[in-house]
Amino acid sequence: MSESNEPEILFGIYCPPHPQPLLSPNANEGYARLRAAYDECRKRIEENEVDIILVYSTTWPSIIGHQIQALEKAVWTHVDDDFHYLGSMPYEFWMDTEFAHTMRDNCEKRGLEARTVEYEGFPIDTGAVVALQLLNPDNRIPACIISSNMYANRAETIVLGKAARDTLVEQGKKAVVVVVSSLSNRMFTEHIDPVEDRIHSQKDDDWNRKILEFFGDGRLEDLSQLSRDIHGQIRVQKVVAYKPAWWMAATMGQHNNYEGEVLAYEALHGSGGAVITLTPSSVSVGDKEFDEDDVEVYRGDRNVLDKGMLE
Amino acid sequence: MAKGQIVAGCLAPHPPHLVYADNPPQNEAYSEGGWETLRWGYQRLARKLKNIDYDAIVIFTPHWQTYIGTHFLGLPEFSSKSVDPVFPNLFRYNYDLKVDVELSEAMRDAASDQGIITKMMRNPDFRVDYGTITSCHLLNPEWDKPIVTISSNRNTHYYSPEVMVEQATALGHACAKAIEDSGKRVVLVASHSLSHRHFVEEAPLPEDMSREHIYNHSQYVWDMKIIEMMRDGKSREVIDIMPEFTEQTIAETEGGGLIWMLGAMGFPDFPAEIYGYQSVIGTGNVIACWDPNDETREYVL
Repeated sequence: MSESNEPEILFGIYCPPHPQPLLSPNANEGYARLRAAYDECRKRIEENEVDIILVYSTTWPSIIGHQIQALEKAVWTHVDDDFHYLGSMPYEFWMDTEFAHTMRDNCEKRGLEARTVEYEGFPIDTGAVVALQLLNPDNRIPACIISSNMYANRAETIVLGKAARDTLVEQGKKAVVVVVSSLSNRMFTEHIDPVEDRIHSQKDDDWNRKILEFFGDGRLEDLSQLSRDIHGQIRVQKVVAYKPAWWMAATMGQHNNYEGEVLAYEALHGSGGAVITLTPSSVSVGDKEFDEDDVEVYRGDRNVLDKGMLE
Repeated sequence: MAKGQIVAGCLAPHPPHLVYADNPPQNEAYSEGGWETLRWGYQRLARKLKNIDYDAIVIFTPHWQTYIGTHFLGLPEFSSKSVDPVFPNLFRYNYDLKVDVELSEAMRDAASDQGIITKMMRNPDFRVDYGTITSCHLLNPEWDKPIVTISSNRNTHYYSPEVMVEQATALGHACAKAIEDSGKRVVLVASHSLSHRHFVEEAPLPEDMSREHIYNHSQYVWDMKIIEMMRDGKSREVIDIMPEFTEQTIAETEGGGLIWMLGAMGFPDFPAEIYGYQSVIGTGNVIACWDPNDETREYVL
């Protein structure tokens, strides 16, 4: 048990879910640069004494609350729905089941619906498979994967991050926090020659570069505060909100005291893929005015329709 | 060669709860039952299909989600375990199915000729989605017919529900042409619910029917409106109102299945057979069949 209320998070990684850096890194120079960035992250993980790799994957949607992968040894061969022609992704991952169960308990203590999943053949998503294969290829470090609830909004996602933080503190584990998500997520809707891959539009590219500027300055909380703008501007409206920065900030610490490093930024079939690290530091840059509640316990979304009605 | 034809079109929702409730030997989870209104409806429709002469099932599923065009299964056999990523506690189904690759390729070619972006899926490790497995199991528990699965190209999210209507209708026309040219008799299946807002909590016993109800009354009213139009043979009107229905009820029609199927059938003006309506974890589900044969079409419910 850690004596501090601060979890020991060595660094955070933000990386894309697409399989090209794993399956076809040489099809495009950009894919190769993304692969090199993953390799650099893997090296840094190997150089540190990491107890757990904690993954929040935006390509694992859940409905019944928040799902946490807890099968000790997850073995399967995964194939992506779109990019099946690039090949199969056999995997064998070791999960930190103790962490998973405590994480579930801590979610419940904070008012969240949560459950562990421990089933042979459970379909681990493309994003988590790519991240864990590239960041932890020898399974030297146990992992935990957390789903992204499709209905969850800010309050719920922030509290989910805090539950992860509680668990890290409680178990005294040194963690690397991994968020699997694109920046802009609009892909080309036709098949392309990978050599000709590029960001789908100038607007997406402009926004991506602005986000990368924030990441580079270590302004994680500022990005968290900008999430709704990011969602409206460069995210295909598949889910209710752009959540990864909320979860990442709530887990790592809701401030801007990080050293950010953008290791690569490239197009992945039109979407914005970046490999970024955030390392906790004492330097804070450019705090914005934060105007949304910092929620500690989830009590459901505020139901504005119930308020102010005539009796 | 005689012209091929669509002998039935089924709207066949795929909550894994229904397979779970049936306790087939292929599924690892065990239940005490539940959702009988839908399951009994499915059983009756399955009996009807047993009396229809057909060669293959073509199913359009929203749980094979592709962003780069429409994909078609392209290998003759798939055998694996399907585990529902959302309800793994209910659905861990060992499947062994056959694909009519010739028909699949013909539909892909016809769609491609119409300018639709397509891809054949020929990776043997590919896991067939649970929407396909659930709907096909409930319509044909013997699995004695080959299937073709068509993916859902995510036009609603990428563009708008209106674009989905255009694209899925065009795909339906192309598939109908390929079926006609093939000489085969085919059952079409649109695998999805109507309104699709879920509860985010599950009862300790998932099949506890005292806990089951529609998510809210608005969803119910919309579902009933759509079913009423189906009963009245107003399939064109169903599609016309679909963008609004999809937006208002977060409906699973967003995947395009029903549009594709009714488009392929030429937007029939005869009544749909209704086999049952029930909620599953808050979502609205109807089992319906469009039988183009005037002599076998029934008034079921």
